[in-house]
Amino acid sequence: MTKPAQSIITFENVTKRYGKVIAVDNVSFSISEGEFFALLGPSGCGKTTLLRMVAGFENPDEGRILIDGKDVTDTPPNRRPVNMVFQSYAVFPHMSVRDNVAYGLTVEGVGKAERLRRAEEALALVKLDGYGERKPDQLSGGQRQRVALARALVKRPRVLLLDEPLSALDAKLREQMRFELTQLQEKVGVTFLIVTHDQDEALAMASRCAVMNRGVLQQVGAPSDLYEFPNSRFVADFIGQVNMFEGILSRDDPDRAEITCAELTTPVFLDHGVTGAAGSTLWIAIRPEKIELKGRKDGEAKPIMEDAPEGANVEPGFIRHISYLGSESVYEVDLTSGRRIKALRSNLTRWDQEDFQVDQPVWLAWHACSPAVLLS
Amino acid sequence: MAETVNESWKKSPGMFASLLAPPTLFLFAFLLAPLFVVWTYSFGHNEGLTEITVDGTFANYAHALNPLYLSILIKSFAFAAFTTFICLAAGFPIALAITFAKAKTKSWLLLLIMLPFWTNLLIRTYALMALLRTQGYVNGFLHIVWNGIAGVLHLVHGPALPAFQPLDLLYNNFAVVLGLVYVQLPFMVLPLYSALDRLDRSLLEASLDLGAGHLRTMVQVVLPLAMPGVASGILVTLIPSVGAFLTPDLLGGVDSQMIANVIERQFKAANDWPFGAAISFLLMYVTFVAIALQSVFAPKKEARS
Repeated sequence: MTKPAQSIITFENVTKRYGKVIAVDNVSFSISEGEFFALLGPSGCGKTTLLRMVAGFENPDEGRILIDGKDVTDTPPNRRPVNMVFQSYAVFPHMSVRDNVAYGLTVEGVGKAERLRRAEEALALVKLDGYGERKPDQLSGGQRQRVALARALVKRPRVLLLDEPLSALDAKLREQMRFELTQLQEKVGVTFLIVTHDQDEALAMASRCAVMNRGVLQQVGAPSDLYEFPNSRFVADFIGQVNMFEGILSRDDPDRAEITCAELTTPVFLDHGVTGAAGSTLWIAIRPEKIELKGRKDGEAKPIMEDAPEGANVEPGFIRHISYLGSESVYEVDLTSGRRIKALRSNLTRWDQEDFQVDQPVWLAWHACSPAVLLS
Repeated sequence: MAETVNESWKKSPGMFASLLAPPTLFLFAFLLAPLFVVWTYSFGHNEGLTEITVDGTFANYAHALNPLYLSILIKSFAFAAFTTFICLAAGFPIALAITFAKAKTKSWLLLLIMLPFWTNLLIRTYALMALLRTQGYVNGFLHIVWNGIAGVLHLVHGPALPAFQPLDLLYNNFAVVLGLVYVQLPFMVLPLYSALDRLDRSLLEASLDLGAGHLRTMVQVVLPLAMPGVASGILVTLIPSVGAFLTPDLLGGVDSQMIANVIERQFKAANDWPFGAAISFLLMYVTFVAIALQSVFAPKKEARS
C-alpha cells in the first residue's frame, strides 16, 4: 500500500450521544487525500452519524473534526468543502435535472454561461448527457442517483460523501454502479467517503475501510488487512465467513505458539509468536477456504501437515451438509467434539464436487500460518 | 389495487348500489334539492307576503349587480383576501415551527391549534368582544400600563400625561379582520403543516450541503414544494371568509357589513327571498371560479420519490 501524503479528514476523539445512547464513542482516525474510504458496520453502529458529522448535519459532543487540517467542528454544512450524495438521493423534485446540478453553482454565484457549461460537463461525467431538461420524476432510481452524484461533484468538493449509495438499487445495477463509482473516483481524483453495511461492497470498492460496531471504531485498514488480519472477533465475524474457536495459550515462543482449544482434539500450532500471557484466553479464526478436506478411512492414522508437529492442525470429522454453489462448494463438517465448522473448496475441474458425499468421514487440515489469533 | 376496486363494482353492482344509495339520497334531499329550490327562487319575484312566483326573470341578478351590492361583494373579497394574507404570513412560520418541533412538543402544538374548534364560534366571538370593547381586557391592560408610566413620570417630575383614552378596538373593520383571522388561522396552519411535514428532510439538508443558506433554502426549496399546501390553505381560508356572517355581524361597525349580512337581511328583515337567492348564487359562482383557478395552478400529480 502506498502511503498517501496528506490526511484530508481527521477525527480526533469524536463522541456523539443521543440521550443516553452513545452513537459514536471516542473515535479517532484519518482519511488521506485521494482515498476511496469506506465506513463499514452493521446498522446502528454509528457510521452514518460519523458521515453526517463530516457534512455538518450533526455536531460531535466531544472531540474535533478537521478537514484539510482546519477545525470544522463548528462550521455550518453550507460552508464546508464537502458534498454529499444522500441515501434517498434528495434530488429537488421541482427542478429540472440541469437546475438540480447547477443549484450549488448558482448559490456560489457562478455566472450563467460558466454554470451551464459545468453542469453539462458534470452530467456527461455521470453519463446523463442530454437529460438536462428532464424532471426528476421522469428518471429511474439509478438515473436520479447519477443526478445526485453530478450535483455534488460539480461543486468540486474536497471530499465526496456517499450515504449507502447502492442500497436502493437492484442487484444487477448495484454491481454495475460499484464498478462505475470506482472508475469515477479514479477519473475525478476526489476523495470518496462512503458509508455501507455491505461488506462485499466495501471490500470491492474501497482502498481502505473503517469497521465500526456500537459506536466504537474496531479496525482501520485495507480490505485484505481486514480479511486476513482481523484484530477482533467482531471484525473476523463481520467480514466474510469464519470458524472461530476459543482457546488457551499453552505455549508461546518467538517463532511458534500453541493454543489448546476444548473443541479440537490437538492444540492448534502456529508458526509465529503471539503477544499474550501464557494461560490467557484467546480465540483463533480460520476462514473456510483455508481449510483443506481429505478423505478418511476407519482406523487410519492422522496425516501429517508438513509445517506442523505430528497430529497438529488436522482434525477428524464427518461431512453433514454440502452446498454446491457452482464455482465452489461449502462443506459443513461435524468435529468429534460435536462442533460444526465450514470448509470451502473450489471446484477446479468438472468432477470435483463428486469427491465428497454427505456423512463421509474426512480429515480437516490447515497450514500453521492460516489461523488468525484474536485477543478480543 | 385501483384496478381491483374498479373491477369489483362491476361484479357486484347490488352491493355497490346499497353502499352508495344512502349518502347519495342524503346529499340529494338535504343539499342539492334545497339548493335547486333556492336557485329557482333567484329567477322569480315576490307575490304578496309569502308567495314566490318563478317567472324566469333576471331582474334579481341585475339588481345584485347594482354598485351598492357590488361594492359590498368587493369589500367582502377585500376583507377575505386581507384575512387570508395575514393568516398565510402568520400561519407559515407557525406551521414551520410545528413541523420542526420535537415529536412530543409537536402533538401539544397541534392540540393548541385545534383547541378553538372545541368551542362554539359564537362563544369565541363573544370572548373576543370581551377582550376588545372599550372597557375590555386589552384597554384595561393598556390603562394600567398608561397609569404606571404616568406615575413614573410624576415621580421623576417629567411631563404630565393626558388622561387615558381607550382605543376603539371593536365595531370597526379592524375588529372584523382580527375576528376572521382568529377564526381562520387554524384552517391555514393545518394544510400548510401537512404539506411541510411530508417534505423529505434530506432535501433541505441537500440544499444546505450545496452551500445554500437557510433563507435561500426556504425560498427555493421549501416554499415551492409546499405550494400545494399553500394553495389549499388559501382556498379553505378565503372561501369561508368571503361568506363570513357572524363575525362582521357581531364585531363590525356600520360600514363593516359583508355580503353574507346582506343575504341574511334579504331572507329575514327585507323578506325578499328571490333577491337573497340571486346574491347567494352570485357568491357561489365567484367561489366556483376561485376553486377552478386553484385546480389549474395546483400541480397535476404529487411528485414523490
